Amino acid sequence: MGTSDFAPDKIWADLQQAAGVQFTVTLEPFFVNITVTPDDLVPILKVLQNRLGMNYLANITSVDYGAEFEIIYHLYAIPDNSRKLKVKTRVPRSAAQLDSVFPLYPTADWQEREIFDLMGIRFNAHPNLVRVLLPDDFKGHPLRKDFGKEEQ
Amino acid sequence: MLKTDQYTINIGPQHPSTHGGLHAEALMDGEIVKDVVVHLGYVHRSVEKIAESRTYTQFIPYASRLDYLASHLPCLGYVQAVEKLLGVEVPERAEYIRVILAELSRIASHMIFVGSLAIDLAATTGLVYCLRDRERIMDLFEMSSGQRLIAAYMRIGGLSADLPEEFFPAAQSFLTDIPRMIEEYNGLITGNEILQARCKGVGVLTAEMALAYGVTGPNLRASGVAYDLRKADPYGIYDRFEFDLPTGKAGDGLDRLIVRLKEIEQSGHIVRQALSQMPEGEIRSKVPKLLKPAPGKEVYHRIESSKGELGFYLLSDGSEKPARLHVRAPSFINLMVLPLISRGGRLQDIITNIATLDPVLGESDR
Amino acid sequence: MVLNTAAESVQPDEVEQLAQHNIIVTTLEKLFNWGRARSFWPLSYGCNCCPIEMMASGGARFDIARYGYEVFRACPRQADLLIVAGPITLKMAPVVKRVYEQMPAPKWVLAMGNCATSGGPFRDGYSVLPGADTLFKVDVFVPGCPPRPEALFHGMLELKKKVEQGLY
Repeated sequence: MGTSDFAPDKIWADLQQAAGVQFTVTLEPFFVNITVTPDDLVPILKVLQNRLGMNYLANITSVDYGAEFEIIYHLYAIPDNSRKLKVKTRVPRSAAQLDSVFPLYPTADWQEREIFDLMGIRFNAHPNLVRVLLPDDFKGHPLRKDFGKEEQ
Repeated sequence: MLKTDQYTINIGPQHPSTHGGLHAEALMDGEIVKDVVVHLGYVHRSVEKIAESRTYTQFIPYASRLDYLASHLPCLGYVQAVEKLLGVEVPERAEYIRVILAELSRIASHMIFVGSLAIDLAATTGLVYCLRDRERIMDLFEMSSGQRLIAAYMRIGGLSADLPEEFFPAAQSFLTDIPRMIEEYNGLITGNEILQARCKGVGVLTAEMALAYGVTGPNLRASGVAYDLRKADPYGIYDRFEFDLPTGKAGDGLDRLIVRLKEIEQSGHIVRQALSQMPEGEIRSKVPKLLKPAPGKEVYHRIESSKGELGFYLLSDGSEKPARLHVRAPSFINLMVLPLISRGGRLQDIITNIATLDPVLGESDR
Repeated sequence: MVLNTAAESVQPDEVEQLAQHNIIVTTLEKLFNWGRARSFWPLSYGCNCCPIEMMASGGARFDIARYGYEVFRACPRQADLLIVAGPITLKMAPVVKRVYEQMPAPKWVLAMGNCATSGGPFRDGYSVLPGADTLFKVDVFVPGCPPRPEALFHGMLELKKKVEQGLY
């Protein structure tokens, strides 16, 4: 697994200095997990892309935790596949918005649209933030835990 | 210069192409494509929401229905994700059978690709040849699980049943015939000068564009990047098999076709090795009837599906149903490059590009 | 045997006698229905897993052509059988309705698969309609997930019986 690569703390200290922000790092069985605040997300990803060579954003997922939404980015490096990173951030339900990572990873285009469509999180500076899977006149965001229960 | 007007042509969602409900709105200036706006969601079946009200085992048939052309592959990805979540070991024999079925699914999916490409370019005979050969794989699937197309055959911890005796000679005879089939397709379809004219140099996807947009699978390999999860990040027992990774150079439609034809041969090699190495033994390890992973545990497991990286994100809240299931669908991501590779081409190239990107709308829309 | 050749005077029991003299008497309606039932022109429409079995039924092994139904038309104006293969989602519903309305009469609908019959496994989702009959009249329902090509043929042969008897 790729986690032994990242045991030295120096790598993280260097990256935090380069990005100019703080983040917490935990080693999990399959990924190295980095948790950041929403404002620090784009600077961190930029540093990870440039310095650690994480050029492949495989997946963006959003989870409804009630008071907050968590957005998770799974990053890999092609062709060197020894590094597996997971970057997590949380936004409050009342202000569910985040900066788009499309300028860094164009693959985020439709993935962020899908999260907007199904979970209702807005992405600032996204080139085309409209629904992608549901009809344009659909009301609500179905993957939210309170979907369909709002009327009750 | 004459002034021309821009007009819109809708391709789909009801369309003779077999890719499901894809709606490509083409903005045209005469014969030249100015832009393509892709509208998805016509096959959106709310699978991720349904997963939250099914147990982990009950979701297995839904996983199979994601990519219905190669239904053992998403099934494999899903059960392996749950096994990762639970820390369940799978018996050796089951692992080998899973590899055999997964690679046969890959071959079936690529055969549909070749046939669909042929019929989309109005060469109807190509489809008939590919369907005829694919029927032998359908027979193998029916022997093992009773279902031709969508066999929810795998279970958490192994398989639902062992392979019957008649499977093995039928599989061996199919493997022996693969070179003859590929030769036939090459003679009839790949070598056809009309197909070459319509695919060579059409829909060029550069490696940089593919990596930036997260395109994976044979599309990425046709653009020259030799990245395959079976080698780069092996899952199950894929690290025990020897096989090549066919890559292309030009990243055009013809390369995407040739890469897939070569992958059929490589998958045949893998199945042959698996059949010869397979041990006797159990096909399912003991797992509780109702699976309840520890709360807060999450996993992202990815496999090399016939379309690219198919990932499953699972989050458990301690109950028997997942708190969140997200499918990273390769077809959804691969379709993002359709406008990019179609701009500046002609109207008929949009059809070629859709066909050579090989999207499966069931997985793309979930 | 002396026959009055006025058409209204041929009695049903005389039809058999006439047939033995190689004279076939029928109505235009029956003749057209006989022809329609033996040459449905299905529309190329489908989303999902069921159309793959529909494709397989068009292949050489199952061969829909032996029934006369192989002429899949891309344009609804030229088709008379709408095989609703697969689930009808919210976004697809107006499309299917429009395609159905574009087909000229007489036309028939065959709901193939559990999703088209009742919403299938996705019925409790938020985006699949509970069956094709919420949009228009369905003549034959073929259950299965997906139905085998033989099941599809069975459904089409049931439709053939229906159309032959003029029950539409």
